[in-house]
Amino acid sequence: MSFSVTEPSQRTKWFAGILVIGYAIITLVPLLWIIATGFKSPTDSIAYPPVVVFEPTLEGYVNLFTDRTRATEQMLEEAGPPTTWYEEIARERGTVITGQSRFGQRFMNSVIIGFGSTALCMILGTAAAYAFSRFRVPLKDDLLFFILSTRMMPPIAVAIPIFLMFRNLGLNDTHLGMILLYTAVNLSLSVWLLKGFIDEIPVEYEEAALIDGYTRFQAFYKVVLPQAATGIASTAIFCLIFAWNEYAFAVLLTSGTAQTAPPFIPTIIGTSGKDWPAVAAGATIFLVPVMVFTILLRKHLLRGITFGAVRK
Amino acid sequence: MAEVILSDVAKSFGSNVALNGVTLTIPDGSFVVLLGPTGAGKTTTLRLVSGLETADRGRIQIGGRDVANLTPAQRDVAMVFQQYSLYPHLTVRQNLEFPLKSPILRTPRAEIDRKVGEVAEILQISHKLDNKSTALSGGEMQRVSIGRALVRNPSVYLMDEPLSSLDAKLRSDLRIELKSIQANFGATLLYVTHDQIEAMTMATHVGVLDKGRLVQFGSPREIYENPVSVYAASRLGQPRINFLPADLFGAAPAGATHIGLRPEHIVQGEGQDSFVQRVEHLGDQTRLHLSFRDHDLITVTEAHTTLKGGDIVKIRPEKPYFFDATGARVT
Repeated sequence: MSFSVTEPSQRTKWFAGILVIGYAIITLVPLLWIIATGFKSPTDSIAYPPVVVFEPTLEGYVNLFTDRTRATEQMLEEAGPPTTWYEEIARERGTVITGQSRFGQRFMNSVIIGFGSTALCMILGTAAAYAFSRFRVPLKDDLLFFILSTRMMPPIAVAIPIFLMFRNLGLNDTHLGMILLYTAVNLSLSVWLLKGFIDEIPVEYEEAALIDGYTRFQAFYKVVLPQAATGIASTAIFCLIFAWNEYAFAVLLTSGTAQTAPPFIPTIIGTSGKDWPAVAAGATIFLVPVMVFTILLRKHLLRGITFGAVRK
Repeated sequence: MAEVILSDVAKSFGSNVALNGVTLTIPDGSFVVLLGPTGAGKTTTLRLVSGLETADRGRIQIGGRDVANLTPAQRDVAMVFQQYSLYPHLTVRQNLEFPLKSPILRTPRAEIDRKVGEVAEILQISHKLDNKSTALSGGEMQRVSIGRALVRNPSVYLMDEPLSSLDAKLRSDLRIELKSIQANFGATLLYVTHDQIEAMTMATHVGVLDKGRLVQFGSPREIYENPVSVYAASRLGQPRINFLPADLFGAAPAGATHIGLRPEHIVQGEGQDSFVQRVEHLGDQTRLHLSFRDHDLITVTEAHTTLKGGDIVKIRPEKPYFFDATGARVT
């Protein structure tokens, strides 16, 4: 019988496969449930026992993106027959569409603030991590510990001072304010993660580039950055997920112009009864950007998370 | 190509003195090999010339120009590192093009292609040009990194044990290649190695470094045949030179405490009796491990000797070196 130290046996492979599939099912069911609920009618969404097979409808999505009002005879007459598929869906419920809801705008706020703070965090984080990794910085260890210490309590613990600061600086309910806040919170994590990645890149590469006729900055840009891409990508995902999902600060510091999707989605519940399909539709759309971002970078992410775990 | 002059150059890392007042002239078109054990200051010398480190004291000139305030890029040097030298995110071709595309050189496309093709041909890596540089074997990687230096036409080539990670066959091929590049193009090379054969076959000059000081500088033969100290004498020679008490074979000059005998400087068949401990047949030569008045020494003899362990052989020193108690040469 052949035996190998590194190659798992057939039985182990099966066992591992079943374990992974089982775990995937457990974690994916809630996700699938949310996505399914978005396509249910309000009745189906609160049916008990829950319905698994149902007639899909886009009503949840229509309700998510529009403002509607209960239609009177006169309104229906004035409006004439429905001209679009979404008007038709609204009419079936005895309502007429009065305009766009604020969801689209709130969603865009999330995109601007989430991706904006992630980008800023990556630029500052990579520069700081590079400096900590390569240069003789006075009090380097103390500074690094200080940076880490900002993570030692939950950010929301300083909510009130931040609220007061924002009010005095006029940053309340602004995109800039939220971008700066999320960048500040994420920066410590990204400096530490990125420093680890950059430490792993041998300094000889940069020295070779310096001798090959490049300046320090060009060496950083052409040699270090491409090699740190994996680390930057995985750090960016962590930062984006935090900024994207953040709820507490968003509730506290935004109410209109700069409100992000997380505090907005629950407010849908109240607008016209318990509209679970609309909430589920909002949650589904909200999931998409992070999912796409993660899938695009997953090659880096996989390598990134295990990178540095093994000392070469 | 250019002459490189170091005048009284010193460099310390914290309390560790790496170079302590080195004065050295690397003539234009010469192949200078720096010899010395780890920590002697060989690599530090290269890094100071390249501009990766700045000297604490002293002056470095390349082609008559003081380079103290110049960046590595401005110094116009090419360097081959011992390892980690290929950019892993680039292909072999991109690696070779990298220095040519630098903002300092800005080589035209046609010229880049011609030079890369030429160097790839010399180093026998033409068929690997479009491979990812990480997909190469160790020997191929090192050839590419030598190639990255060769595509340029710098004032001086700096090489830090470039052949140490290669197998014996490739090493001897590249030795010949490097020597012919230096001879044909008149390139100036500053080369660090541990390997005696590299030093003897390629160098026009050898510098012997000891704890940050240049203790001897001269042609390889000069260093070999006329070492200034015990230390310089032990840098070259395979098997190593024998050191014995000065008066072991009779009268010694005044002040001498040790006699240094190269293995080939022990004449057999005359003189005093010694005892053969072991015989090593290497094919082209045979080494004899002898015991002489309770001292071990090694000599070489003809390949087909019939001597064997336990035999008695007469020996006599020829052209001995005498050293005093500090290790300095007396005669």
